[in-house]
Amino acid sequence: MQPLLQVQNIRKTYGARIGCTDVSFDLYPGEVMGIVGESGSGKSTLLSCLAGHAQPDTGAVIFDGRDTVTMAEPERRMLARTDWAYVHQNPRDGLRMGVSAGGNVGERLMAVGARNYGTIRDTATDWLGRVEINADRIDDRPSQFSGGMQQRLQIARNLVTGPRLVFMDEPTGGLDVSVQARLLDLLRGLVRRMGLSAIIVTHDLAVVRLLADRLMVMKGGHVVEQGLTDQVLDDPQHAYTQLLVSSVLQV
Amino acid sequence: MNAPQKNTTEYNFAYLDEDTKRMIRRALLKAVAIPGYQVPFASREMPMPYGWGTGGVQVTAACLTPDDVLKVIDQGADDTTNAVSIRKFFQRTADVDVTERTADATIIQTRHRIPEAALTEGQILVFQVPIPEPLRFLEPRETETRKMHELEEYGLMHVKLYEDIAKHGQIATAYAYPVKVEGRYVMDPSPIPKFDNPKLSDNPALMLFGAGREQRIYALPPHTKVASLDFEDHPFEASKANHNCDICGAGDTYLDEVITDDRGSRMFVCSDTDHCRTRQEA
Repeated sequence: MQPLLQVQNIRKTYGARIGCTDVSFDLYPGEVMGIVGESGSGKSTLLSCLAGHAQPDTGAVIFDGRDTVTMAEPERRMLARTDWAYVHQNPRDGLRMGVSAGGNVGERLMAVGARNYGTIRDTATDWLGRVEINADRIDDRPSQFSGGMQQRLQIARNLVTGPRLVFMDEPTGGLDVSVQARLLDLLRGLVRRMGLSAIIVTHDLAVVRLLADRLMVMKGGHVVEQGLTDQVLDDPQHAYTQLLVSSVLQV
Repeated sequence: MNAPQKNTTEYNFAYLDEDTKRMIRRALLKAVAIPGYQVPFASREMPMPYGWGTGGVQVTAACLTPDDVLKVIDQGADDTTNAVSIRKFFQRTADVDVTERTADATIIQTRHRIPEAALTEGQILVFQVPIPEPLRFLEPRETETRKMHELEEYGLMHVKLYEDIAKHGQIATAYAYPVKVEGRYVMDPSPIPKFDNPKLSDNPALMLFGAGREQRIYALPPHTKVASLDFEDHPFEASKANHNCDICGAGDTYLDEVITDDRGSRMFVCSDTDHCRTRQEA
């Protein structure tokens, strides 16, 4: 099987400081990769480089045989609204707050050329249902939604064009635990049903335990350990990973 | 330099100095070469407030020659404040002939209307534009809207129309209705009623758009294809008040609703005063 995404020696510095360095991995279709680490460990920098929001200093990000670092911007932006999806930590960054829920979901469809109002609206209704938002909220603005609903709306808006790769930056950050649990359940279902590949950045080990097949642990811009999720979490080798795992509060 | 000028003045012909006019003409040439593309230009401060047509006035000044016949309209009328003051301005600074008859004019500066009478080859229509960027209220960042034009990412424009239908059951945008020029640039046609949109397409006259405060010029050369954006199942419709003109009886013109007393009486009259008068005289 061909990898969907090949990351080779990504390095990004901010002046003299290291954002992330020497990151390489392959991601196969249908696989979910978790990236964990403390604040400032470079995981968000890495995600930005992978998703094309930031330009890495060196290295290659090869998606489906094409290097997204060197490809022309129109092509990269086309990828970003068709084959890729990006779920922001704060739904306000990923949603248009002044546009109704239906319009938010429909935007990606219209961006790739949908010009039939009825079809767009039906698809939007269908997707709101899939993320457990009532169809009668379709004309409400995201500002009238709760935090959890906003996050689910953002996910619907991203998945509506059937992407193959989803980048998620702390998708459950800022949500209370019961809402987190429902969101994770929903995400797991969607990822499995649609056969998505995903890269999830988080500092919540429970999230990766539930969603990720493989895990990468970062510290100070370096990858200190990677492997199967259960293997890394149950038998951590690196001192930092051991610290991370032992720091989880038990209820 | 001491060419005899009637009536005036220490002003250079048409107020602006020749270097400025040359700068504006360069922008105009570029705008004509790329229909619908917004060309930045070094807009000057004019002796009138922003929002009163400073962009249109500069474009008119750059196009005006002593032999031109100028017509100025504001919402279709020749006798409203904005039209009167701009007409006077050019009479005083350029000493050109002016007219109220659309057919006689070589340059027509307009605020928010296209004359009802068909324009002809050789005529120039100058629009006053408050906000040239059609994507502005959807995307506040100028860097981003430029990129969207560059990459032809116009999905967002349809989001606005989608919102209209979702909220009002139809496309409720009635003026400044976005258009696509020659299948490439999405353009704000200035706040003309959408009734006028079909006249933008394949028009034999040259149409120039000037936005003074926003420092942008754009253009539609004669016979440019201009399509109003819409959905397959909600096609564009050039709407007007469902009425005939109460003065000339015309049923095919854009109408103003005029309140005539405080007990609810009203009348509908042509917004194009010249067209209405011509019909009455005929």
